[in-house]
Amino acid sequence: MIIEYTGAQKLKGTLLFFEPIRDIRYGEKVVIRSEGKTLNGKVAALSQSVMLIEILGEPYGLNIDNLRVQFTGNIFELGVSDKMLGRVMDAFGEPTDDKGEIRHDKLLPIGGSAYNPVQRAYPNDFIQTGISAIDGLNVLVKGQKLPIFSVAGASTNDLAAQLVRQITPSGKNGAVVFAGIGIKYEDAQYLIQSIRSGGNFERTAIFLNLADEPSINALLLVRSALTFAEYLAFEKGYDVIAVLYDMTNYCDALREVSSRREEIPSRKGYPGYMYSDLASIYERAGILKESAGSLTQIPILTMPDGDITHPIPDLTGYITEGQIVLERELQQKGIYPPINVLPSLSRLMNHGASDQHRRWSAEIYAAYAKAKKAEMLAAIIGEEEMGETEQRYLAFGKAFERQFITQRNEENRTLEQTLAIGWKLLALLPPTALTRLKPQDIAEHFQ
Amino acid sequence: MAHIISILGPIVRAELDGERVCIQDVAYVGELGLTGEVIERDQKSALIQVYEETEGLKLGEAVTFTAQMLSALLGPGLLGSIYDGIGRPLKLAGTRISRGLKLDPLDRDKLWSFTPFAKAGQKLEGGEYIGAVSAQDAFEYRLMVPPDKNGRVSFVAGQGEYRLDDTLIEFEDGERLTMVQRWPVRIARPFKERILSKKPMITGQRIIDFLFPISEGGSASIPGGFGTGKTILQQTLAKWSDADIIVYIGCGERGNEMTEVLQEFPQLADPKSGKKLIERTVLIANTSDMPVSAREASIYIGLTIAEYFRDMGYTVALMADSTSRWAEAMRELSGRMNELPAEEGFPSYLASRIASVYERAGAVRTLGGDTGAVTMIGAISPPGGDFSEPVTRHTQRFTSVFWALDKELANARFYPSINHLLSHSAYAISVKSWWEAGYPEWSELRLWVIEMLQRDEKLQRIVKLLGSEALPEDQKLTLFISDLIKEYFLQQNAFDAVDMYASPQKQICMAKALKALHQWWKRCFEEKGVPAGQLKDQPIVGELLTSRLGVPNDQTEWFDAWHKRMETRYETLLLTFGEIS
Repeated sequence: MIIEYTGAQKLKGTLLFFEPIRDIRYGEKVVIRSEGKTLNGKVAALSQSVMLIEILGEPYGLNIDNLRVQFTGNIFELGVSDKMLGRVMDAFGEPTDDKGEIRHDKLLPIGGSAYNPVQRAYPNDFIQTGISAIDGLNVLVKGQKLPIFSVAGASTNDLAAQLVRQITPSGKNGAVVFAGIGIKYEDAQYLIQSIRSGGNFERTAIFLNLADEPSINALLLVRSALTFAEYLAFEKGYDVIAVLYDMTNYCDALREVSSRREEIPSRKGYPGYMYSDLASIYERAGILKESAGSLTQIPILTMPDGDITHPIPDLTGYITEGQIVLERELQQKGIYPPINVLPSLSRLMNHGASDQHRRWSAEIYAAYAKAKKAEMLAAIIGEEEMGETEQRYLAFGKAFERQFITQRNEENRTLEQTLAIGWKLLALLPPTALTRLKPQDIAEHFQ
Repeated sequence: MAHIISILGPIVRAELDGERVCIQDVAYVGELGLTGEVIERDQKSALIQVYEETEGLKLGEAVTFTAQMLSALLGPGLLGSIYDGIGRPLKLAGTRISRGLKLDPLDRDKLWSFTPFAKAGQKLEGGEYIGAVSAQDAFEYRLMVPPDKNGRVSFVAGQGEYRLDDTLIEFEDGERLTMVQRWPVRIARPFKERILSKKPMITGQRIIDFLFPISEGGSASIPGGFGTGKTILQQTLAKWSDADIIVYIGCGERGNEMTEVLQEFPQLADPKSGKKLIERTVLIANTSDMPVSAREASIYIGLTIAEYFRDMGYTVALMADSTSRWAEAMRELSGRMNELPAEEGFPSYLASRIASVYERAGAVRTLGGDTGAVTMIGAISPPGGDFSEPVTRHTQRFTSVFWALDKELANARFYPSINHLLSHSAYAISVKSWWEAGYPEWSELRLWVIEMLQRDEKLQRIVKLLGSEALPEDQKLTLFISDLIKEYFLQQNAFDAVDMYASPQKQICMAKALKALHQWWKRCFEEKGVPAGQLKDQPIVGELLTSRLGVPNDQTEWFDAWHKRMETRYETLLLTFGEIS
């Protein structure tokens, strides 16, 4: 028997003020019915005089005169099963494709809870992405969270799709969970098709929240997608890659919801708890000692106005284990993928790369940084006026961008190919400048 | 029975039923018994900051009060352990930390071998030693009378094996002492007086020990945007600092970073004692996905544990990564309590809280008459890497060393990415006597390095506009030697088995070699006008550069041989230069 309560006091935006009822849980899921319309909601504050319900959806058409609320007695949960692979779903895990209902194995709370760092296993396994700028200089490791900081106008979709197609975790049981957050239908369509063309769709689950849906759904969608990803990884033993695209939309939705709750805003109107909120998403990546699988996250965000100090990339960078930064200037030079390696970083690189690989990478980084300085100088005094060493760096920089960074959209380079290109480029430099290499590296690779 | 009357995020109000409740008492909230702390009282109710996720709580659920402040249990077994922000041992918790979990921080069944120092009939004051226990000859815990107790001893347990709760001392007034004591974390443990320590804390990091040293009992801050290497620097300091004890607080940071420490420290050996690093380390972890309210408490738990070891006469280094998360936790809670915000939403008491935390560092004479020190190093994560934000600014006011990390250096993979122009240390003068006792040339070499870097900075402005070719030859020499100072001396690879730790002696050898090299360059240029480029490109320079990674700390005689070769080389150059060309 379903019991429904009346007692709505006030409706303001997506907040419903309701008479408190005994035995309601903080955070409980509720169902709101009025004028033939049904919406989900969540208890957002409880006191003796009033209960605050946050409506998950657009409140138009609700009438507090005949509004009734059913309390489910449970906090938000997502039904999960491995039958969700190969399907397209919404924020509540309901299928939106035409393949019929999904039978669930169990219900899991979508909020997740903190992992005990003692029970985590440290990520150590190199993942090959086939992209030189990543495999060579910013190694991705299984269980890592490595975001892509994009800018408007960069070929983000192509890179995201290429990554998902090419990534090969060492385990055989790979799966991809794609969370489309507030993205345009066009982008979603392109990505789904591109991921499908990799022949891996039956190992892919798509959670989709389009740009015109209510903002609050974006907040739920990420958590639903990650709850499913965790289930696959830690209960079913899959090596899961979760792609969250676009986290900027998520943060804007968070700001909108926070402002409706009349919370005190922090930087640029985003709520003060955005760091903790983002952490509760990104920290769900990892490997656990007692489970077979792994969860690797690739969150993608668009830096507003290309500004890396904007709160969204800034807070993300403080939580994630590195970042891959895209740059419009490179894109305009015709370089794909337009990855600027200087601000890019993989914090776990030291665990996924050999010692020599690391020294090689440090040397390339130092050389490219000098090449960039030389480029600035060349813009002022002209190339001809520059010293011989500086000219050599200039040549290195150009060759690096054209031969190392640049690759075709379907080009899947092995790590050996990537390293070989790098050694070839380093040979352009005076041997005394190679201070980060060991004598045996030099002996091995240069004559 | 007190019960819940309102819930908003981590803030819960309970209506009281005659309970005696003081501010900052610990409360257990709801059926699960979530741990919380009283932050506000009125006639009928108490406001509680809950340290765990409150979702699922109901109105009317019971609240119990412990009549005790949040305290740390201090005793043998702390070393090698990892605790969460409110002091629960994480090694005993499950994969996910279940709510309301209550675990004993120390193992009460373990036997420790006790040697008494105190004798019957002796009068003991707070802080005086009663005896010591050791764990597998690893480390000696010196047991003391709790600071707030004293009395005449009527009973002392004999030498032997005891558990934590066994009575070791009985006073005439009936007071019994065991191996453990409790101390409220928000109150600094008392000491007799502050002393000025002249000994630097040696970190094995050249740019720190040489240019921006920290003394034992000092305080330092490491501000840096993301990706500048704060955590790696903190972990490096935790590994190689010559403190007796390390307390490492992961405050609102990544879970994997704590996992890394837990995995790595049991394998690395302390360069001083040869024991495993984990045996001198206590870890506190409030990872960024753990409840934010416990983040605020985690710093205080760490400080209390550090002070406990200080009171045993040890030097303790406390690393807090990152204090910005701690400040932000304060901001979030302040917002939920509807306090009036000051700068950037932080509460107006931000500066005084930062001051009160860093002031708990210091070298002291303990109540027991020994000397001990807590050296505190706090990382700061300024939003957007902007050092003018409140947490960085206030921390700079209350700490004496400022290691400013630089994004541009980090982008070029120049680590540690400490910017030598923005950083400063107030201890360079106080540690001088220690250095000069062992290495008389320290001050002179240090000043030479600083002078070169300052000259280089001026020249770099010209180079940026005109290129290095535009400089006269003698200024090129300054440019080249500064390049070497940066690439060879200041840069240090935290992952290279040799370079990760440079002993004071190796530091001196390296700096000396550079200075000698520079003198020869100047001489060759002044006497014969040898071009700077030719002086720099001598293979002997390349040989020196390989010694950074190639010459271990115990083979510094390599440098003597190098000096000889170098002198011969440039002497020959000086003789033959004009004749060949």
